Amino acid sequence: MANNLGLKVKPVTETPESEVKRVAAWINTEEYKEKNFARQALVINPAHACQPLGAELAAHGFEGSLPFVHGSQGCASYYRSTLNRHFREPAPAVSDAMTEDGAVFGGQNNLHEGLENSYKLYKPKMISVFTSCMPEIIGDDLTAFIKNARIKGFVPNDLPIPYANTPSFNGSHIHGYDAMLLAILQTLTEGKKVEGRCTGKLNLLPGFDANTGNIREYKRILEAFGIPYTVLADISEVFDSPNDGTYRPYPGGTKLEDAADSVNGKVTLALGTYSTAKTYAWLKDNYSGAHASTPMPFGIAKTDAFLLKLSELTGKPIPASLKEERGRAVDLMTDAHQYIHGKKFAVYGDPDYLLGLVSFLLEVGAKPTHVLCSKGTKKLEKELQALLDSSPFGKEGKVYINKDLWHLRSLVMTEPVDAIIGDTHGKFAARDAKVPLFRFGFPIFDRVNLHREPLIGYQGVMNMMSTICNKFIDVTDETCDERHFEMMR
Amino acid sequence: MSTEIKTVEGITKESTQAMIDEVLELYPEKGKKKRAAHLAPNDQASGSACVKSNKKTVPGVMSARGCAYAGAKGVVWGPIRDMVHVSHGPVGCGWYSWGTRRNLMSGITGVNSFPMQFTSDFQEKDVVYGGDKKLATLLQEAKDLFPLAKGISVLSECPVGLIGDDINQVAKVAAKELDIPVIPCNCEGFRGVSQSLGHHISNDTIRDYIIETREFPDPIGPYDIALIGEYNIGGDAWSTKPLLEECGFNVKAVWTGDGEMDRIAATHQVKLNVIHCYRSMNYMCKVMEEKYGIPWIELNFFGPTKIRESLRKLAELFDDNIKAKVEAVIAKYDPQMQAIIEEYKPRLDGKKVMLYVGGLRPRHTINAYEDLGMTCVGSGYEFAHTDDYDRTASEMPDATVVYDDASEIEMEHFAHILKPDLIGSGIKEKYLFQKMAIPFRQMHSWDYSGPYHGYKGFPIFARDIDMAVNSPTWKLVEAPF
Repeated sequence: MANNLGLKVKPVTETPESEVKRVAAWINTEEYKEKNFARQALVINPAHACQPLGAELAAHGFEGSLPFVHGSQGCASYYRSTLNRHFREPAPAVSDAMTEDGAVFGGQNNLHEGLENSYKLYKPKMISVFTSCMPEIIGDDLTAFIKNARIKGFVPNDLPIPYANTPSFNGSHIHGYDAMLLAILQTLTEGKKVEGRCTGKLNLLPGFDANTGNIREYKRILEAFGIPYTVLADISEVFDSPNDGTYRPYPGGTKLEDAADSVNGKVTLALGTYSTAKTYAWLKDNYSGAHASTPMPFGIAKTDAFLLKLSELTGKPIPASLKEERGRAVDLMTDAHQYIHGKKFAVYGDPDYLLGLVSFLLEVGAKPTHVLCSKGTKKLEKELQALLDSSPFGKEGKVYINKDLWHLRSLVMTEPVDAIIGDTHGKFAARDAKVPLFRFGFPIFDRVNLHREPLIGYQGVMNMMSTICNKFIDVTDETCDERHFEMMR
Repeated sequence: MSTEIKTVEGITKESTQAMIDEVLELYPEKGKKKRAAHLAPNDQASGSACVKSNKKTVPGVMSARGCAYAGAKGVVWGPIRDMVHVSHGPVGCGWYSWGTRRNLMSGITGVNSFPMQFTSDFQEKDVVYGGDKKLATLLQEAKDLFPLAKGISVLSECPVGLIGDDINQVAKVAAKELDIPVIPCNCEGFRGVSQSLGHHISNDTIRDYIIETREFPDPIGPYDIALIGEYNIGGDAWSTKPLLEECGFNVKAVWTGDGEMDRIAATHQVKLNVIHCYRSMNYMCKVMEEKYGIPWIELNFFGPTKIRESLRKLAELFDDNIKAKVEAVIAKYDPQMQAIIEEYKPRLDGKKVMLYVGGLRPRHTINAYEDLGMTCVGSGYEFAHTDDYDRTASEMPDATVVYDDASEIEMEHFAHILKPDLIGSGIKEKYLFQKMAIPFRQMHSWDYSGPYHGYKGFPIFARDIDMAVNSPTWKLVEAPF
């Protein structure tokens, strides 16, 4: 019993109401903010997950690919349920259910049995293996394990089994995405490079992006250009599949032969530089054709750059329909700018998203005031700062790298903003600061269908503008006094 | 307990076994052998388990199970509202379990209530050099930033145990320095076979670090009880606690939904422990019985029949005062519940439900469906033990299928054959079955609704089940072209 510890027995006490009030006020102060920012070890409400989550997303993006967690089954359940909640779609994945004995003897037996069972049960065309903590700590040798699995006949020799090391104590979900994507492409393209062959296609790497609407939007743009393409990896059908009464474990994804042939592509274009950094670095050395990397096309300027890049790389003119679309987006911005101009925003998210969202806000005359990434680098900090410095609307902005949403709360309570942009986890800070939260990020657990609404491209500009401006108008309607409740806004 | 043998038309032990055999054929030989012991037709009359349970998950199957950490963070410790719960290790585990169980809390977030994500966010260097120093620092930071927190739990993730950190020593020192309880909980996810061991380990840490360290200031009365294994999912405790109070009891502590550390620590003083989720907290009930002579009783707060039975069973342990109050409560609510049944039963009568949940609801909710005229045609648990399956046998109709740690392919196959009108399971199963055009309710989280417990809960439960089964959207699934 606890008393055996020799602890003093104390009476059950209720915290006095006055104390609660005092602390409730204190956590909103400048003094608290300083204390909060002095934290060295404790992380509170981080806005990032661990590598294997991203690895699973990448693994889902290929036809017939079964994500396979080498590690504890609890890890797999966590990743799956996160994807289920965000997309409101199935996320079939397996684990090899390592337990204590795996820690002692290594995970080879689990991996072998897992491969044998999952291959027979779920009939994948590819098993995409990635690791959670345990095998990373004990140092399992996946190369040898998988080779042995083939030798022992647990899986056919020709079944692609890419595998990625995705330690959770390093990086974030975007790095796991990168590692898995790289492993898949390395596996599928091995020996597929044919001298002189050109598929004539553009390979598009959207990066870690859990917005199926964005992926569909890229495809629509490429189709408008008439550019044949392969999206690496295409999650759009997988996580936005129709309900026709039949469950399909693999409802879409990039075709394996297309992915294999992508090595002979005409052009490879990576969007964003953070969530596909390693993959892109490898591609440049190994893929035929031209290679380029542009920022994710958030906002007008970056969408312009994206289209110009497509045109430059493929020699195809920018289609008139997209130019018209640009005009409509700009028309909407000029029509609606008054509802967003000068508004202060706190923005947080993954690096590539952040860079895009900040540049969109700047070009519409909004002020990104607190820009926060809970897992970022000095390079990102510099890049974000340069972006803020490039516009008079960025002058008051400050970048916070490796700070969490409890820091963000201190920021929005002491230096108020008009709105926050991020994912669902920001809703507590937004509620406390009494400002709207725009869910342009991952994950979104508390609103329906937002992952289907594109944020990139001109269409994305229109969506974000409408969402933001109409919400601000709602706030005016909901909070104004009777005399100012007007027919027109 | 009903002794009447319930049957379902078209379901015999032979038909169920044939269905099981078909799905086992999908497995390789070794997997088939392992899984066979976990699938069986119910033998209602036996009143005992028909399947094996609490065994390792078969590698490579789509299991719904979580881990020991999930059982500690998500189930036992996490819901205690006035403590800081530190997910010690890499960032993911705490992030995935942040706000995803729906154990609601009173209080002001970050002030005296902490439904937040606290983590030591292990990096490579912590794995290499150990995380004990970081832990010591972060405990001090937590105390400084959250001065009203009554205590801190340290919930270990896999790397902590694998690299051999000594969190117990760090916690011991910190508890003394900070003058609040700091509870080290060695609940690494690789321990055991499911969430279940995490429950057990957490119960043990309550025993070792909390219980007996607080005492209620007022003298203990004859009706002072504790409500154990009530996690306040969607506000369940805000239905059951007032119900018990209406029956004349003083609920001194709730374990652990919307729970308060001090009250939990003083629970050794109560006269009776009322347990709802047996699986996750029977351990401490048994400890308190053995150590302090506190009896315990299992109740079921799902649906008017079981609530009525439970309250009467409870009243039996008390005097006429309580008995009279309980009868008055039943007399007050029964007509209200009858009205609910009359509203929904005509639309739900004869509908079939398949259940697959955690450690309690696969048996405890069966009768609530029956109150609405529905029949359970299959049930099973993610992480139950034999004693749970023993308790399940008499609740389920005879010969219906029982599945332990079911894999998705098994559930899918059973659903194809049994054609249930509703499946009650978890988020990982939800969209799969909805794609099959089978109505579905999440029965871990009440699908963002609730409460489902008690008299407040049943009308909401009935409405939700009707909404799922009879939504006109299901009729649109098939295109006319």
